[in-house]
Amino acid sequence: MSLEWILSIIENNWQMFLRGAYYTLLISSISTIIGAFIGFFIGIMHTIPVRKKGVKFYSLKLINFMLTCYVEFFRGTPMIVQAMVVYYGLDIAFGIDMHFITAGILVVSLNTGAYMAEIVRGGIVSIDNGQYEAASAIGMNHFQIMLHVVLPQVARNVLPATGNQLIMNIKDTAVLNVIGVTELFFQTKSISGNNFRYFESFFVACVLYFIMTFTASRILLYVEKRLDGPDAYQKEQKEAV
Amino acid sequence: MAVIKIEHLSKSFGRNQVLKDVNFQVEKGEVVCLIGSSGSGKSTLLRCINLLETPSGGQIIYKGEDILDEKHNIQEYRTHLGMVFQQFNLFNNHNVISNCTVGQIKVLKRSKKEAEETALKYLKIVGMDQYVNAKPRQLSGGQKQRVAIARALSMNPDVMLFDEPTSALDPEMVGEVLKVMRQLANEGNTMLIVTHEMEFAKEVADRVVFMDKGVIVEEGPPAQVLVNPQHERTKEFLKRTLK
Repeated sequence: MSLEWILSIIENNWQMFLRGAYYTLLISSISTIIGAFIGFFIGIMHTIPVRKKGVKFYSLKLINFMLTCYVEFFRGTPMIVQAMVVYYGLDIAFGIDMHFITAGILVVSLNTGAYMAEIVRGGIVSIDNGQYEAASAIGMNHFQIMLHVVLPQVARNVLPATGNQLIMNIKDTAVLNVIGVTELFFQTKSISGNNFRYFESFFVACVLYFIMTFTASRILLYVEKRLDGPDAYQKEQKEAV
Repeated sequence: MAVIKIEHLSKSFGRNQVLKDVNFQVEKGEVVCLIGSSGSGKSTLLRCINLLETPSGGQIIYKGEDILDEKHNIQEYRTHLGMVFQQFNLFNNHNVISNCTVGQIKVLKRSKKEAEETALKYLKIVGMDQYVNAKPRQLSGGQKQRVAIARALSMNPDVMLFDEPTSALDPEMVGEVLKVMRQLANEGNTMLIVTHEMEFAKEVADRVVFMDKGVIVEEGPPAQVLVNPQHERTKEFLKRTLK
């Protein structure tokens, strides 16, 4: 009997489910990308070496202090609360009237960025100092070393953690229903509110969430494998270049 | 004329003074081997020369200019020194050829084509030209070190610095790296080598410098320092290493 209900719910509401899933995917993927950029920016700022104490030293310290405040705040408060604060708070306090989807992307991005910051910093620290020294020894400056040697490796190494963030974001965008974002959870709530079949409706949502997260994790694994290339190497037989 | 001249160089890590008033110089075309027991300051001296460690005092004079001067461009100075590390330190995200070209392109502003030609020339010398597209993790230790040597040579440095280039290799691979270094020495490159390979030092060095506890104890041609050491500490060290 449940199965029949499930089928009829899908038949009658598939468009709503799909639209919900679309917004869930849209917000979570865009936010993961923006968040990764924020994370990289903060990770880079936190690892700039400045030896001499001077204007540069203190301004960097100040910027890093503010960035740390941001990280701690967004890691230390629930996203559902942040969503309310950003969406309603900014409107009331500053008269900034954001579209709820913009607000959703903003909140999830800032949240992801806060987590990614520490992941990226860890990734930068984990690149052995020898490569940094070797690059210094051929005359590269800090910026060149970061761009051409360190960060490409960090990007590869933080990919699994970024995938984790994407999966978390796909699930956690559900909390954005409190500011009226019509993502999958919001849509399912509307559907079940109409037919009063809570179990069956949310079961469909559950399956949809799982399909999205599982697909995302498989795609990321594939990308990782592609980036790593084959393990063995064949000698060049002909003259190269 | 001396390419690099070091005067009264000292280096301390906290309260631990590892280099005390070191004076020495490297002439153009000369092959100098630095020997001494672990912790004697050989590696620190080498790392001070290309400023991977900041000296606590003294002068490093390159082509008549004191490079410890505030105004001196450290990056530019470093391009004139090729450094080979004990742990190879290849860039893991670059393949063999790009390890050798990235510095040329980004620092020396050479064109990609010119950089690749130069890199290939040196990769051929070290016998790694068949592996241009391999990634560092696909290579053996000896192969990595040969690529590292080619990477340093590709910058066309005035002096090559070797920091125990064979210490992380197993005996079979030591040979292939020493063979390359021997060839470079014969071709008239200026080389400063920190090494534990006494036989190699005896064979290729124009001058051997023995260091102990942060000071240069004895220096001179290998026949003198390694065969007829004058100093008590040198004798003791050689007795332990040569068996």
